[in-house]
Amino acid sequence: MKFITIDKNDWTQGIDKSRDTYQLFGPVTDENGCQIKKLDTNVQPEMEYHESIMSAKSILFPQTEKILHASLNESIEDHHIMKRAENSYTPRAVLGIRPYDAKAMEILNLNFDTKEFSDPYWCDAYEATTFIGLGINKPGPFDFSTSLGTGPFCEDGLDILLADIDDKYLAKVLTPKGEAYSSACGFDDTADEKESQVLFDILRKEAEKNITSHVETDKLKEKTILELHEAPFWDDIAFSCINCGTCTYVCPTCWCFDIQDETKQKEAARYRNWDTCMSPLFTRHATGHNPRASKVQRVRQRFMHKLKYFLDKYDQGIMCVGCGRCVKSCPVNIDIREVCLTMNNFEQTTSEPKE
Amino acid sequence: MDTCIKKIRELSADLLEKGEVEKVIGFAKGTIPMATSPIAIQSKQDVEKLVFNSTCGLNLANYASGQKGKIAIIAKGCDSRNIVTHIVENQIQRDQIYIIGVPCSGMVDKHKIAKLFEDEIIDFSEDGDTLIVSSFLKTLTLKKQDYLKGNCLYCTHKNPVLHDVMAADPVEEQVLENPFPDVDLIEALDLDAKWQYFENLTKNCIRCYACRNACPLCYCPTCFVDESSPQWVGKGQNKTDVNTFHFLRAFHCAGRCTDCGACVEACPMGINVRDFTRKLNKDSLELFGWEAGLDVTKRPPLDAYSPDDPDDFIK
Repeated sequence: MKFITIDKNDWTQGIDKSRDTYQLFGPVTDENGCQIKKLDTNVQPEMEYHESIMSAKSILFPQTEKILHASLNESIEDHHIMKRAENSYTPRAVLGIRPYDAKAMEILNLNFDTKEFSDPYWCDAYEATTFIGLGINKPGPFDFSTSLGTGPFCEDGLDILLADIDDKYLAKVLTPKGEAYSSACGFDDTADEKESQVLFDILRKEAEKNITSHVETDKLKEKTILELHEAPFWDDIAFSCINCGTCTYVCPTCWCFDIQDETKQKEAARYRNWDTCMSPLFTRHATGHNPRASKVQRVRQRFMHKLKYFLDKYDQGIMCVGCGRCVKSCPVNIDIREVCLTMNNFEQTTSEPKE
Repeated sequence: MDTCIKKIRELSADLLEKGEVEKVIGFAKGTIPMATSPIAIQSKQDVEKLVFNSTCGLNLANYASGQKGKIAIIAKGCDSRNIVTHIVENQIQRDQIYIIGVPCSGMVDKHKIAKLFEDEIIDFSEDGDTLIVSSFLKTLTLKKQDYLKGNCLYCTHKNPVLHDVMAADPVEEQVLENPFPDVDLIEALDLDAKWQYFENLTKNCIRCYACRNACPLCYCPTCFVDESSPQWVGKGQNKTDVNTFHFLRAFHCAGRCTDCGACVEACPMGINVRDFTRKLNKDSLELFGWEAGLDVTKRPPLDAYSPDDPDDFIK
């Protein structure tokens, strides 16, 4: 594995050089807080941010994305024929992404790129993107990523992992994409492999020691779907929920979307927008019937999908990377760690058999 | 304010024991600092879960309707005004709700406090007018008055306007020379700057609808943004659609909004959604001498005809 030392004084110059071939994304702060956004040419990524309200998923899976378009002008031969929207898939690089957010990209990829179906919009964007992660030296109090197969220095889903060491970054180049990006920046000060790896291991261990928040998921697999579905705790969990979409929108692993057609004069377009299972509209049928008409059904769906259906379907852990965003942003403080614990520890009482 | 929690628990335990109410709706301690969570207490043993402090910024009237049987509810000044509005708008019957009134000394602005720290807050406590907030890097002792939510700053109804019992003695109400200085500032902008102000306000809106769903006034069975036949508004991130949602929601609250600030409290992006409703509250006061939710016998001004209406067209 190749390691590169980057002096922080050379950082800006290097990434500016990469702008010739890459569209850059990174953390930027405005009055509403920090978000991972497209960086205009004069904007630098704020590598020292401690949290971003939204995850990086919108870079590959925008909240609103035009996917098809057609002309309604009947004098044109191919009017009303839907064609793929001309989105740009030139190389992109995401700078300073949290390792758990990169892990989340892998989870999203499981859904968007399967043996049966490949979502062209996601796949093209995924292919075009290089992920440059920054290890988290001091994880926050709500980070429970180490419980979920990722962590402050996890390499999954990343092309380069940076470690912040005082006045320099030590970069571990993990993939050919990472190699290409570091060359585009002109970063070529190779560091000793053995020593660098030792340093990474020390940093990882130190950072992981600071993680105090954990969840247990070990018993979810052995429980049946019906057992959890019929469990008595859902009313209590759902009581405070206001059914907004915050938890699903801030979540780096929630992938549900809705398709909308819009027309403007002689132009028609098909968009896909993030959707949320918290909304009654998510499941309302054209007949008016709604299989998840009540709040408690919707809250149950969210947790069952993340903590049980996903686990059963893919056998790759739960659909959560432990970033803690939903815990912090939920207006009524519904805490997925507690729900997970309740589900994991739930034992069906045999004295009250269900009919 | 935390001194009244003993009384709240006593009253709640008593009501549940005597079977006078099915449940008591209040706030429970959150799992992270500066968070509380609405809870329905159904047995006397659980009343210890109830808390009341400066982070109870949501409006519990939002949980009052649609409950079976008689309920008790912990109500700050603004919650009580929304209960009044609920009664006026037939969302709940007066005899179905037992109001445990709590005089309020204001709720804290969590975003404003979070901005003082470079890292995340790990501890929050309060002692009277003093807040003690810590992150890993530092501990700050703050004056609560300096970190009140915007709506609490201009609140003139800290004491519940309708209650069955009070959990503490009333607090002094403030008298404001100008109750709307924030609206005046926006009104003073020229047209372009005003438009820019509102465009900027909503630029990070993610349309999660937390503002709408935290609002006790937003109880429409299907909100106009969720209608699909006909569909009134696009569902994406198009600026016009995002703003249409905010503008229309605000107008739907005209003359009904109590400025409880639950919308701002709920917004994950920290958008001051009240900038929309405050202007309508100002107009209600100036044109109709009206403040929402003060009297169960009066209907809101846009819902009532009066021969004294200031506009001629209606006479």
